Amino acid sequence: MAVFHFELRDLPPETQALRSEVREFLGQTLAGRTAIGRAGSWGGFDPEFSLKVGARGWIGMTWPKRYGGHERTFLERYVVLEEMLAAGAPVSAHWIADRQSGPLLLRFGTEEQRQRFLPAITRGELHFAIGMSEPDSGSDLASIRTRAARADGGYLVNGTKVWTSNAHRCRWAIALFRTRVVPDKKHEGLSQFLVDLRSPGITIRPIIDLAGSHHFNEVVFQDVFVPEDLRVGGEGDGWKQVTTELAFERSGPERYLSSIALLLELIRHVGKDPDERGLVLVGRLVAHLATLRQMSLSVAGMLQAGENPNLEAALVKDLGTTFEQEIPEAVHALLDLEPTTTSGSDLQQVLGYLVQRAPSFSLRGGTREVLRGIIARGLGLR
Amino acid sequence: MSELRTLLADTVTRLFTDLVTKEALEAAEQGAWPDRLWQALEEGGLTLSLVPEAAGGAGGTWADAYVVVRAAGRHAAPVPLAETIVAGWLLAGAGLPVPLGPLTLAPVRTDDRLRLSRAGGSWRLSGTATRVPWGKAAGHVVVVSEAEQRPLVALVAADAARATADRNLALEPRDTLVFADTPVAAAAPAGPGVPARALHIYGALVRAAQMAGALAGMLQQSVRYVTERRQFGRPIGSFQAIQHALAVLAGHAAAAGIASEHAFRAADRGEPELDVAAAKIRVGEAAGVAAGIAHQVHGAIGFTYEHSLHFWTRRLWSWRAEFGSESRWAAELGRAVVGRGADALWSDLTARSTASSFPTPA
Repeated sequence: MAVFHFELRDLPPETQALRSEVREFLGQTLAGRTAIGRAGSWGGFDPEFSLKVGARGWIGMTWPKRYGGHERTFLERYVVLEEMLAAGAPVSAHWIADRQSGPLLLRFGTEEQRQRFLPAITRGELHFAIGMSEPDSGSDLASIRTRAARADGGYLVNGTKVWTSNAHRCRWAIALFRTRVVPDKKHEGLSQFLVDLRSPGITIRPIIDLAGSHHFNEVVFQDVFVPEDLRVGGEGDGWKQVTTELAFERSGPERYLSSIALLLELIRHVGKDPDERGLVLVGRLVAHLATLRQMSLSVAGMLQAGENPNLEAALVKDLGTTFEQEIPEAVHALLDLEPTTTSGSDLQQVLGYLVQRAPSFSLRGGTREVLRGIIARGLGLR
Repeated sequence: MSELRTLLADTVTRLFTDLVTKEALEAAEQGAWPDRLWQALEEGGLTLSLVPEAAGGAGGTWADAYVVVRAAGRHAAPVPLAETIVAGWLLAGAGLPVPLGPLTLAPVRTDDRLRLSRAGGSWRLSGTATRVPWGKAAGHVVVVSEAEQRPLVALVAADAARATADRNLALEPRDTLVFADTPVAAAAPAGPGVPARALHIYGALVRAAQMAGALAGMLQQSVRYVTERRQFGRPIGSFQAIQHALAVLAGHAAAAGIASEHAFRAADRGEPELDVAAAKIRVGEAAGVAAGIAHQVHGAIGFTYEHSLHFWTRRLWSWRAEFGSESRWAAELGRAVVGRGADALWSDLTARSTASSFPTPA
C-alpha cells in the first residue's frame, strides 16, 4: 500500500509580520464589504482589487524576480492566500493566473512567453481563463476534440470549450487542444496554447448558473489562428502538462474555506443565544476547520520542500469540499431559517448564497469521484 | 519526523508486532495480564516517556509520546500504556516519585468527582470513580483534584480502594473504584500550567492518538483485505464502489492523524485544551465513519470474533466516549469560540500554528 504522509508544519515566525501586513491591507481595502459580498470570496472578480494586490507584491510571490516575481517562499504565499480567503477577498481576477497559468508558463513556457506574460500577471493587470472542459469531455478530459490543425506559421483551431470561468472578462486563456488524432490513444496528441480571447473567430456565450449569475461561458472557436510561438511546451506534451497544472489547481487552501462566511454568521447567531445544539455545531465545525488548515498547511510545506503532494492534495480537497458543503447543510438543519437572496438577515442571505453555490464545490477542479479515484490509486487499488 | 523519533517509531512498532499477537489479545480479553509486553515496555523506557531522565524516565516530549501512544493504538496493545505515560508526567511535574508498574488515572468520567481532604499532615481521598482503565490491575492510581484552591496531584495505591471489575466493549478493564477517606501515598501541587481538569484534557489527548493509530491500522487492514478477497472473478478492491469507500476511510484516517499529532505539539507548548478538544471531536467522528466503512468492505468475515478487525473497531467505539465524547468537547470548544466572537476566530486559529495556545474567552 502506497501511503500518504502529512507532516505537521509550523509557519516560520517571519510570516507573522507578513500576515499582519495582509490583514491591515484587507481591513482597509474591504472595509464596509457586506457579509454576502464576502461570501463570494474567490468567485469575486475585481480588477481594481487585483491591481492593489499586485502593487503590494502578492501576486507571483514565489516567481523569479526577472519575471516580476518576488522570490518568496510557498509558505509566505500560503499565508497571503489564506488571509485573503478567510476575509472573503475578491481574488478571482488574478487568482487563476497566480495559481496555475503563471506557474505553467514558468515550468513549460518559452523565455519569450515568460517575459511577455508573467510581469503583467504579477502587476495584477493580466487575467487568465482556463480552456479545458468541452461539451462531451468533463471528467474524461483526455477525450477532448477541439482541434488545432497545423497552418502556415501556427494552428487553426475549431471546436468548443465550456465552463470557462471569466472568459468574458479575461483577455487571455491557456487552453488544451488536440494537435494530432492518435486512434485509441487519447492522451497523446494533446497540446497547450496561450489564446488571445479577442482573436477573430472566437465567440463567447454566457452560461448562467442556477443562481442567475454569470461566471461560466461557452467559448466557440471557428478557424481561429493561433501562432506557433503561443504553443506552451512541446507539441503532444499537453497531457503531462495539464496534469501538472491540475496539481497546482488542487493543492491550495481555497478548497476548504469557501463557506467560512457562513460559519462566521453562525457564530454570531449562536452567540446571541448560546444553546447546547448551536454550541456543539460551532465546536464541531471549528474542529474540522482547524484540522483542514493543518492538512492544507502540510501540503504547502511539501510544495515548499519541492515534493509532489498529489495524493495528499486530493485527500485535502475531498475532505475540504465535503466540509464546505456540510456547513450550509448543517446550518440549514439547525435553524428555523429560510435561505434567501433578496431579503432577510445576513445569515439568511449568506446561507441562501452558499446553499446554491455548494453543489459546485465538489465539481470544480476535479469532481469528488475523480479525486477519490486518485486517492484509491494512491492506496494501491488502481 | 526527526531521526530520533523515526528510530523510536521503529522500536515500538517492532515491540508491538512481536508481542501484541492475536493470541495475546485474545488472552487479555480472557482477563490475563500481558506481563511480557509490560516488562518489555518498561525495559524500553516507554512507560515513562515524559518523566525527566533525572527522575528515571526517558525525558521525552509530548511529540515523542505521540509516536508511542499512536503505535499502542495501532496495535491495540492491551495495557494502560497511555494512562501510565500521563500519570508519570503528572507525578514528575508535581515533584512526586514515579512508581514502577502500570499506573492509571481517575476520574475518567467528567461527572465523577473525587475529593481530597487534609487529615493532619497527610491527605485522604473520597468519592467514586467509574470506568477506570485497569483500575484493579494497576499498581497505583493518579488523581488530580482541586484542594485548597489549587490543583493537587495525588498518588494512591490501587488496592487501597474498594474495586468492582467491569469491562468496556473491547473487554479492556474499566473498573469502579470507591475511595472512602482512603489514605493517599503522596500528594503535591500540580506542575506549572496543569489545571484541575488535567485528566480530562490529557486523557482525551492520548485517547485521540490511540484512536488515530487504530484508524491507521484499520485502513491498512482494509486495503489488504480488498486486494486479497475476490468476488465476481476479481479482487473486490477493483470495484469503484469499494475504492471510493476506502478513499473516504483514508481521508478520515489522515485527518485523525494530523488533528491528534497537532494536539500533542500544542501540549509541548502548554495549554493545549482547545487543540485537544478539536482533536477529540475530529478523531471521534472519524472513528464512527471509518469503523462503518471497514466493516462494510470486510463483509461478514469482519463481523466474526475470529477475524481481527474487531480489535480496532470495538476499541474505537469505547475510546470515543472516554475522557469526554465529541459532543461534550464540541460544546466546550463552541462555547470558547462563541465567547471570543466571530471576528476573533480566524486570528485565534492562525495564532495557534505559531504561538502557544488558543486564548480563553475574553
